Amino acid sequence: MDLTYTEEEEAFRAKLREWLGQVLPTLPPKPDPNDWPGRRTYDMGWQRRLYEAGYAGLHWPVDAGGQGATPTQHLIFLEETERAGAPYVGANFVGLLHAGPTIAAEGTAQQKQQWLPPILRGDEVWCQGFSEPDAGSDLAALRTKAVRDGDEYVITGFKIWTSHAEVADWCELLVRTEPSAPKHRGISWLAMPMDAPGVTIRPLRTLAGSTEFAEMFLDEVRVPVANRVGEENDGWRVTMVTLSFERGTAFVGEVVACRRTLTALAGEARKNGRWDDPALRRKLALLSAEFAALWRLTQWNVSESEATGGVPGIGGSVFKLRYSHARQELYDTAAEVLGAGALDLDHEWVLDRLSSLSYTIAAGTSQIQQNIIAERILGLPKGR
Amino acid sequence: MHFQLTDDQRALQQGMRELLAGRFDRDALRAAVERPGTLDRALWRELGEAGFFALRLPEDDGGVGLGAPEAVLLFEEAGRALLPGPLIATHLAAGVVKGAADGSVVVTQADGPLIEWYEAADAVAGEEITDGATVPVRSVDPLTPLHRLHEPAAAGDPLVGLFTAAEQLGSAARTTEMAVQYAGEREQFGAAIGSFQAVKHLCAQMLARTELARAAVYAAAVTGDLADIASAKLLADEAAVRCARDCLQVHGGMGFTWEADVHLHLKRAWVRKERWVSQGALTELLAELLVEVG
Ligand SMILES: Cc1cc2nc3c(=O)[nH]c(=O)nc-3n(C[C@H](O)[C@H](O)[C@H](O)COP(=O)(O)OP(=O)(O)OC[C@H]3O[C@@H](n4cnc5c(N)ncnc54)[C@H](O)[C@@H]3O)c2cc1C
Repeated sequence: MDLTYTEEEEAFRAKLREWLGQVLPTLPPKPDPNDWPGRRTYDMGWQRRLYEAGYAGLHWPVDAGGQGATPTQHLIFLEETERAGAPYVGANFVGLLHAGPTIAAEGTAQQKQQWLPPILRGDEVWCQGFSEPDAGSDLAALRTKAVRDGDEYVITGFKIWTSHAEVADWCELLVRTEPSAPKHRGISWLAMPMDAPGVTIRPLRTLAGSTEFAEMFLDEVRVPVANRVGEENDGWRVTMVTLSFERGTAFVGEVVACRRTLTALAGEARKNGRWDDPALRRKLALLSAEFAALWRLTQWNVSESEATGGVPGIGGSVFKLRYSHARQELYDTAAEVLGAGALDLDHEWVLDRLSSLSYTIAAGTSQIQQNIIAERILGLPKGR
Repeated sequence: MHFQLTDDQRALQQGMRELLAGRFDRDALRAAVERPGTLDRALWRELGEAGFFALRLPEDDGGVGLGAPEAVLLFEEAGRALLPGPLIATHLAAGVVKGAADGSVVVTQADGPLIEWYEAADAVAGEEITDGATVPVRSVDPLTPLHRLHEPAAAGDPLVGLFTAAEQLGSAARTTEMAVQYAGEREQFGAAIGSFQAVKHLCAQMLARTELARAAVYAAAVTGDLADIASAKLLADEAAVRCARDCLQVHGGMGFTWEADVHLHLKRAWVRKERWVSQGALTELLAELLVEVG
């Protein structure tokens, strides 16, 4: 067990820090959360800078246009960019963390060539069209159907909760290609251009007030068969190969940020006198222990995936379950620190508190996470 | 960075698990429960021979020359097996109190208001305890005799906290296994109770608690940092106590019996939770550090 970084890793960190120090002051001001074109431009501008500096797709394999960095280097990257206050992946989330890795793992050489470089350069935004009104936790129950017509699929259906749909160029879409097969075996994975005729987007407002996701109506949308990644009806497996990526490192930067927020909360409490409440001090201390441990668990998971060649172990689900809960506790505690200030939407922590409410739902609810741990890790029998 | 067990560490862990499976199996555990206050001296010497007490002594001093991370792995195994005795005090006394290193003497140490195994021990490390300074306590844990001190001793070495956390981790991992095993076997309503979500989710939370505590305990062993040890102790205490409670719940009425081992884990976890620094003082310490950093 070794928690020290090698000379090479430290050199990587130093170079990155230096670059961040130069580039961050040159960034334009952050756009308004409701200005979607502005957000897209901002997020993609950051991706472009990463690309030009050789940090795009850091941990992607070299044949996918990545840098082939080790998981530890990737961890350092996420840690340092967060520390320095660099922008998040934002609109690039699906491209960089799910659709891209899926194409890299399962796509043909031609598909990789077509789709990966624009993701890495920050030219194209992807969204994820998986969930449907009647297929959420039970994703495999999805009904959006794709019927083969020559070398095209004709797609009709209804997707929901599609984040970033308004500004996306492509959608990784799960469709049913074989209605009579068992539900997991009749699904295919397609790349759908968002400007195809028949795609209608209706933004949905979240409880935080902004439109983070949308409904997506698909009315006889034609997508070339060549846009299918993996075999026909093998889309479930294709998707699952990389779904664990989402749970692996997607929140690393946020853990670093949460630890900083805790310190800021303590500072604020000292200023406004709430620090004198021992119950509050105790809550903050327990959160501090929790987030410190989540950071160690991240290091453990990263080291494990380095040893096993990228297969995420049990740590991913455990991390997601505890982190999403801890994040909500953190912002509930922030509200205690703020007192009446917790009702003021102009306070950053209040918006963060609202958005933290989605953490136990998105990317697999906490209940589903517990089912996964119980059945796949602990081997308990499947229930009804 | 490579935050995973090395092959040597894995082998050490495995070796300890095998030693205890052979020398302190369930029958031995239950026999010990029936003989409160007596320690198996032969086993103590065997632990000594296996290097349990001399693990961190330099090789030049006749020790094994390993560090806190390795010691943590051994204490984790001891916690899993519910091995009784003042293991940590004797381990810390190796090289200080003659005979501690090879397990020929049993050393205990006062810790706050309590002292474990006072009558069975051959020596007390640290400040001397005069007769009349202690009163026996009817200990909640049948495997940990306790005395109360009239004058509480100072909080011990942070290593007491670290190794206690490791024992708690081992116990949490074991009660999680016990719950999962029972949930897979016991049937009600025509199905294994482990197929019911309410039971599944208890088990999933047990694993999550245990694995998060593991990351914290192992990291604290590597860094030796006081804040890391404090965090690890808090999380491991919580994991051991909560997992024992959930394990009891999964076992139903059986869990409430003297016959089942669950109560032994719960009671020992309670004893260990009181060790080193109080929960209140630990949280105050971490809170203070938040302010200092900010
Ligand atoms: C902010 C946000 C962004 C999102 N972005 C996207 C996106 O970009 N693309 C996309 O495809 N999807 C997206 N989603 C959708 C997300 O994946 C789903 O919301 C999630 O999978 C849950 O599905 P559901 O909303 O239909 O809830 P349901 O599945 O209806 O769940 C309702 C409740 O029932 C519980 N439940 C359901 N099944 C079980 C079970 N078997 N055992 C125990 N409890 C159960 C759930 O835990 C939950 O508490 C997003 C969601 C959010 C909140």
